[in-house]
Amino acid sequence: MGAHATPLPEGLLAIVRRDCPTCQLLTPVFQQLTRNGPPLTVYSQDDASFPGGVVGVVDDTELAQSYRLGVEIVPTLVRVHDGRETGRAVGWHRGEWEAVSGVGGLGPGLPDQRPGCGSRTDEPGMAVRLAVRFGDVRFAARQVQIPAAADPVEACYERGWTDGLPVVPPTRERVLAMLGGTTRSARDIVGAIPPDYAECTVEKVAINAVLAGCKPEYLPVVLAAVEAALVPDFGLHGVLATTNFIGPVVLVNGPIGRAIGMNARGNALGQGNRANATIGRALQLVVRNVGGGRPGEIDRAVLGHPGKYTFCFAEDEEGSDWESFAVERGFPPNASTVTLFVGDGASPIVDEISRTPESLTRSYAACLRAAHHPKKVVDVAALLIVTPEHARVFREAGWSKARLKTELHTLLQIPVSELLRGVGGIEAGVLARDVPDPNGSLPKFRNGNLNIVRAGGSAGKFSAYVSGLGSITKNPVTREITP
Amino acid sequence: MSDVQIVLDPTSELSPVARPKLARPASLEGLTLGLLDISKRRGDVFLDRLDELLQARGLKVRRYRKPKFSIVAPVELRQQIRDECQVVIEGLAD
Repeated sequence: MGAHATPLPEGLLAIVRRDCPTCQLLTPVFQQLTRNGPPLTVYSQDDASFPGGVVGVVDDTELAQSYRLGVEIVPTLVRVHDGRETGRAVGWHRGEWEAVSGVGGLGPGLPDQRPGCGSRTDEPGMAVRLAVRFGDVRFAARQVQIPAAADPVEACYERGWTDGLPVVPPTRERVLAMLGGTTRSARDIVGAIPPDYAECTVEKVAINAVLAGCKPEYLPVVLAAVEAALVPDFGLHGVLATTNFIGPVVLVNGPIGRAIGMNARGNALGQGNRANATIGRALQLVVRNVGGGRPGEIDRAVLGHPGKYTFCFAEDEEGSDWESFAVERGFPPNASTVTLFVGDGASPIVDEISRTPESLTRSYAACLRAAHHPKKVVDVAALLIVTPEHARVFREAGWSKARLKTELHTLLQIPVSELLRGVGGIEAGVLARDVPDPNGSLPKFRNGNLNIVRAGGSAGKFSAYVSGLGSITKNPVTREITP
Repeated sequence: MSDVQIVLDPTSELSPVARPKLARPASLEGLTLGLLDISKRRGDVFLDRLDELLQARGLKVRRYRKPKFSIVAPVELRQQIRDECQVVIEGLAD
């Protein structure tokens, strides 16, 4: 602060630190320049009593001047004339120092050259700290002050910013670092988030990504997920407001999932992976904080499900012979995409016996038949997650994903006679008058409502499906992730 | 800079930073009123008189006491008051 307001001192500026051996070696050079050269101002990054024997060393432990000068290496020697930099030498090189300073015969007895050390401005986390403090950073978001001694995590709770779990306090430094994860401008509008339809900027998404615990490199995925949720046909307002269980289930395809270390294998739907955990959470926090969608208010879920904290995983493309979900949807294999499926919890399919695709497919169909209710048809959707041991059965028999889908579709044509109200002693069911042909059948899933992906650990003859809504929403929605 | 921490607002900023106070009830009819003695000298005199006046109006009053005025009320006491009362009156000064 204030560093930009004051003009640079005329003459020579040297930026040093005591714990740099090269800087220590140059102590006689600084003394020599003090005696013979143009006016010298030495800025010490760590100890204003260094270098000894030099008057007027300026304490730069706050790094204001080092930041202003863009110093990357110490020592750095800068020549200033009429308030402007006219020359610079980095590290120790006698010829360069003599040229910059205009003083000959510097450091007799010293080696001709010696590399310098890293500037403290490059220490971990320092770049954003200095940018916030001394730089030109402007945030559009309101700055909320918390007393110095108060626990910022508790302050976030008190303001209603959390999903019930602790959040990472969105300091300016963390948000600035987060924004470094995207090439997009912080001011870009991502869309209007229901139910309040409040305008959401990249900056607001970044703040919520910080809350969720994301790393900056996850931000492009979070941004794409928010954009997918805002595709009108996705019906985010309805997804949020329904009494049903559902919430967005986030599937990541393409190289970015591997680059940011997402889990597509053992426990892919479970806990323990930062990217999986925080990307899904960030999306939900955007809905909560920017959209105002909170349980008990607009969110009328009768039970909800634990995946509404976060539900995000990557498809195991490397471990699969099938084309990925994204490729199936028309994206090139090297594209990174995010897909939102409107779903509830994962239901297991436990079949440890089947060794033929025909048998396994029948197991899948029997389990999928029960999604929501054995008599619920047409408006149900499901994401079938096939794991490696089951996938091997299909691979060895040469079944493609399309073949599995076709066979499932055939098996999941349910005779109307099994679906009618009262059948099986169950009052629930379809009304005869709503059915075109009482002797015909109805599909459990409409075209496009049953999707198949690959994930999971190598051991265990289990797969799973996530059931969801096939109405009120276009399910699923896929968007390409851009930097 | 060092006397406060700054965080950026993650919300749509449709509501003010300062949390609004709960709306006052339109009427005390049917509500339970808590009188919280914070253990400050002569606070009891003030609260005893309030107690008399409120009870004379047929209102239900419960009494509570904080062990020490300079600390926040213990969690159990806060939970008890929240469970038992809809309105709380405390005497703050001596």
